[in-house]
Amino acid sequence: MPAGEPGAHPYIPNSVPEVQQEMLRAVGAASVEEFYADIPRELRVEGLLHLPAPLLSEAELTRHVEGLLARNTSTRDALSFLGAGCYQHQVPAVCDEINGRGEFLTAYAGEPYEDHGRFQALFEYQSLMGELLDADVVNVPNYDGFQAAATALRMACRLTGREAVLLPEQLDPDKLSMVRNYLRPDVSMAQVPFLPESGLLDPDALRAMLSDRVAAVYFENPGYLGVLETGAEGLAAAAHSAGALAVVGVNPLSLGVVRPPAQYGADLACGDIQSLGIHQHYGGGHGGFIASADDPRFVMEFPSRLFGIAPTIVEGEYGFGDVAYERTSFARREEGKEWVGTAAGLWGITAGVYLALMGPQGMKEIGEGLMQRCRYLMGRVAAIPGLRVPFAATPHFTEFVVTLDGTGRTAAQVNRALLERGIFGGKDLSADFPSLGQSLLLCVSEVHTGEDLDRLVDALREVVR
Amino acid sequence: MKPIGPKPRPRRFHQASWDEPVIFELSRPGQRGVLLPPVEAEIEREVGHPARELPGTLRRTTPPALPELSQNQVLRHYARLSQETLGVDLNPDIGQGTCTMKYSPKVNEQLARNPRLTELHPLQDEATVQGILEVMHRLEAMLGEISGMDRVTLQPGAGSAAIYANVCMIRACQAARGQGERDEVITTIFSHPSNAAAARVAGYRVITLYPDADGYPDLEALKAAVSPRTAGLLITNPEDTGIFNPRIAEFVRVVHEAGGLCSYDQANANGILGITRAREAGFDLCHFNLHKTFSTPHGCGGPGAGACGVTAELAPFLPVPTVECDDGRYRLDYERPQSIGKVRPFYGVTPNLLRAYAWIMSLGAAGLRRVAEIAVLNNNYLLHQVLQIRGVSAPYAAGKRRIEQVRYSWEQLARDTGVRSEDLEIRVADYGMHYWTSHHPFVVPEPMTLEPTESYSRADLDDYAAVLRQISDEAYSRPEVVTTAPHRSTVHRTRQESFDDPDQWAVTWRAYLRKTGQDRG
Repeated sequence: MPAGEPGAHPYIPNSVPEVQQEMLRAVGAASVEEFYADIPRELRVEGLLHLPAPLLSEAELTRHVEGLLARNTSTRDALSFLGAGCYQHQVPAVCDEINGRGEFLTAYAGEPYEDHGRFQALFEYQSLMGELLDADVVNVPNYDGFQAAATALRMACRLTGREAVLLPEQLDPDKLSMVRNYLRPDVSMAQVPFLPESGLLDPDALRAMLSDRVAAVYFENPGYLGVLETGAEGLAAAAHSAGALAVVGVNPLSLGVVRPPAQYGADLACGDIQSLGIHQHYGGGHGGFIASADDPRFVMEFPSRLFGIAPTIVEGEYGFGDVAYERTSFARREEGKEWVGTAAGLWGITAGVYLALMGPQGMKEIGEGLMQRCRYLMGRVAAIPGLRVPFAATPHFTEFVVTLDGTGRTAAQVNRALLERGIFGGKDLSADFPSLGQSLLLCVSEVHTGEDLDRLVDALREVVR
Repeated sequence: MKPIGPKPRPRRFHQASWDEPVIFELSRPGQRGVLLPPVEAEIEREVGHPARELPGTLRRTTPPALPELSQNQVLRHYARLSQETLGVDLNPDIGQGTCTMKYSPKVNEQLARNPRLTELHPLQDEATVQGILEVMHRLEAMLGEISGMDRVTLQPGAGSAAIYANVCMIRACQAARGQGERDEVITTIFSHPSNAAAARVAGYRVITLYPDADGYPDLEALKAAVSPRTAGLLITNPEDTGIFNPRIAEFVRVVHEAGGLCSYDQANANGILGITRAREAGFDLCHFNLHKTFSTPHGCGGPGAGACGVTAELAPFLPVPTVECDDGRYRLDYERPQSIGKVRPFYGVTPNLLRAYAWIMSLGAAGLRRVAEIAVLNNNYLLHQVLQIRGVSAPYAAGKRRIEQVRYSWEQLARDTGVRSEDLEIRVADYGMHYWTSHHPFVVPEPMTLEPTESYSRADLDDYAAVLRQISDEAYSRPEVVTTAPHRSTVHRTRQESFDDPDQWAVTWRAYLRKTGQDRG
């Protein structure tokens, strides 16, 4: 009998000793040890691993894990103004209902015949995102927005045969780190500065940095510091004039009111879908998208799977399958485009449900409401003595920078004081963007009422007095 | 009433078939799926409509052509699509070999949906997230013990991302040692394709070893491949054939002696939990797929979660941040100057980290070993059953036992009947099961890869074998039944031609409408 607990374990049907004996007899083995004959003695673990004693019952396990989680304070327990790449939004109940269904939750990589629904749901996700982005090609989600940006830039290098990319100075430092590492072997990077008065990318500096080595100009809309790139069309045109592609990172939640990148000249759009019906999950709810026109040159550079629609042998029936599978690493190992693997399918389905629930009207209303709350909070915060909102004249989506230099307090001190009042303040930008001084990145959500916004303003006023 | 007769084996099955339209076809202008909280009138009075004041170049003038549906319609549509999807919850998912399709316990689902996890923002003050940081710290320690490695990161998004992170750590370590000339990575053909593909992205030339005549990784080929240009070895063990490489420590030694580092792809760890570890075989790095071995659900292709384990020597290169504990207080450490930086936003696929933690806690050391032993028993039992079926064989290592999976071959069946493994793949769907051939290229002719894990009963294994036996019989007696499958699926055979034709392929509904000359309804 195998080592282990004497009783049957609920997750292991054949943990019944008699069943094991029957199975061993059936295969002519004296014990499970025979199956491990190829593993040399010196590589075997002696005895048992040193792990905590198990909590075999659901009651014990739940008590233990809930006890640990009870030590967290969530954004429902407090009032949160954190954003910076992970966003608090209302998740419609139907999103959670659908991604909690065991069929979707526990399926994986079946064929379109036993998993027709999975293929259709992800094809629909691609299609819904395609409408939002005004693009005919959108991938099955990759890992996250970082990966989407990094891959879009590698795609641009392959498409142009060039090996340099330009990125904005006002970029999430974590994203910059991931992208830098991803491009390190053969692509060089430079950062285009932003204009201190507007927070917008400096178009003259961009033009001066362009050359026939540059494969792509990457910028974001809204950018990391919250501003909407009013000069987006010019930036894309500048890229094109140098033979480079324009690659634009977007928050898809903005696209009910903000033009999609394809309409101002972007060749590739990319970003993260966490804001579309996925909880914050302490940063564990991310999925990435890349979109392009239906140009075979572009399609053949996608590493991800692309699900397509096709007829079946029965009239009136929709079938689904993989488009241009031969480009992938599943088909061609290192000769494929980058790699493909398990990424974020369930989040893709969830984002599709979200967009289907929201519809064009919902996407317009949420964009309008977020921009109203953002402008309201910006105005109120800017009116507090000592505080300054540096890019106030530029349109913002949900986030904005506030500098605290006039208060004599550090961003960390202010955040600590807000926390004492039950408020999670903004991301502290001081170390990553020293040119902004002591500063916070504040973020609004549609879950914020006017009273919530005023509560932050009152607390800030009190804290910096 | 007479007793109702016994159930036939294989069972009579028909997949749900709702003939569901594409969601855009369900739209009716004006319908709403959810409503939003209105902005207060006084705010609107104060700020007006900033979205409408956007400059023309940035203001969306044509609304996105998203469908307009009521809430119940959206729910029903997706609920139907879910029914047309065969998750592990519905079938003994033995057929997706290499994927370790085990049971994902429901109690862990409930725990992962706790608002004190789902509603945490990753940039909250550390004082407000001590619980989740403790979970991550404990999970790291447990995976360290399971692998024998000194430090673990939980940041990678899934298995391939973990392979990539390990390659990046090898690159950073050798750059720090002044060994930048090492530009070749060695892997084996029966290791996951992402070992080769991720190494290429990281800038390496890839050397792929093929097995020796017995199906074991070829030691002589490895010795011939190593050189001063060798950066490292990326290898799976047991490989996707289910064969454990008994000379693995020697493989590691050969690469170490050539100055390279060794990274262990532990995607196939389920049969060796508590049996053998990366550390004892001498590896410098390893990774686990938490969505395989550690039971987190596969989510229609993610989110998964990856965990990399490294020796103390490689630890400085781990992604930032690491989770540290000082006197019972948990914190995130970004002050790691030699780190490869970030491989993903924030700290990893946190809900899956919690599920994996809960799974290990519900088993303990003895339970993990039991998982391995029963996964292996199940596999060898299934091997014995399958080999009694006409037309199938288990190439390599004749007469030997396997670990947790087997790559079979239907070469004989194809020769006898013309029915190919890819036909079987479709026909199995008619019986409510999954079936997978193999990664490409097909080194084993007409391949089939089965991995029964610990989650299935003897009766489940017998059911799966009965389906294969039935299809083999069909191939020999009525092959057209197999080659025209599916017959009891959601849909019938799809015409494949369009998927590789740029004039016909359609990745979105809008592209489909355009290419088929249809106007928007």
